[in-house]
Amino acid sequence: MPEFKPKTVYVIYIAATPEKVWEALISSEFSRKYFWDLSIELEPKLGGGFALRAADGTAHVQGKVIAWDPPRKFAVTWGVKWPAEFAKLPECHVTYEIAPAGDAVRLTMTESHSWNVPEAILSGGRMGWPAVLSGLKSLLETGTAPIIKMAPPKEMIEAIRNLKL
Amino acid sequence: MSEGRSSFVYVTYIRTTPEKLWRALIEPEFTRQFWCETVQDCDWKVGATWKLMIPDGRVGDAGEVLEFDPPRHLALSWQNQFTELRAEGHSRLTYTLEPQQDMVKLTVTHEMPHPDSKFIEKVSGGWPIILSSLKSLLETGESLESTRRWPEGM
Repeated sequence: MPEFKPKTVYVIYIAATPEKVWEALISSEFSRKYFWDLSIELEPKLGGGFALRAADGTAHVQGKVIAWDPPRKFAVTWGVKWPAEFAKLPECHVTYEIAPAGDAVRLTMTESHSWNVPEAILSGGRMGWPAVLSGLKSLLETGTAPIIKMAPPKEMIEAIRNLKL
Repeated sequence: MSEGRSSFVYVTYIRTTPEKLWRALIEPEFTRQFWCETVQDCDWKVGATWKLMIPDGRVGDAGEVLEFDPPRHLALSWQNQFTELRAEGHSRLTYTLEPQQDMVKLTVTHEMPHPDSKFIEKVSGGWPIILSSLKSLLETGESLESTRRWPEGM
């Protein structure tokens, strides 16, 4: 097994219970509101399937569950399938950890990679995660999530096109 | 991080206006609520002395205003005053506010011009809860409970 090293970490504090944050992370009803209309599909067990699917049925991300400890921690393998030219990227691991912090919870998202990922490719996640997780926080605290429009950075698309693996 | 310096970057999206976010970042009535009862003592113009005041009267951090362009961009020089991290010298803090639809994208960058900074490591642990609390305050009217008081014994 190659070693996966953390490359991007995002920490956000949310005024909600760990159970509520857990539900928002694994339920498609919630994910559609804060994750660019993508539905999360997740078999709630180790080795279970995982996907983020668009309304037209296209899987944007696919993987499997590699850690499962509700409502504290879960991790998935994360294979990008859409846009199609991103599918050549090696899978990364995405881990969510939830810890109580006073009357709120601390949610930590860690994106780990097994290879020497160029900064330009990491820039996609570094741009996307703050938007997704800011939306999740707003959704849980106010009942609605803002729609934050964005596209993959040009430097990321370029770096993936030029990538020789 | 790379290039011989240490840096922390945090991005958050807040449903508010740049003007309201700007006020929240500098005015005592807001900072007390999301930034552990601290207030900033400053004339808010380029070259002015800046101090972050702890509620017991100590100066927590101090520096000066380097760039001041409301409600878009603020840069401060920032030296810790109340712990041994003072020895690291001056860091640079920037706030950048960019309106986006009905939100503001806030980017906070805190940098030290040398590698392996303990100061940057320390603030990296603090900024996420302060900025999460700021977002809660502006979106819900209430900051996060654990940021409403200066931590006991600190």
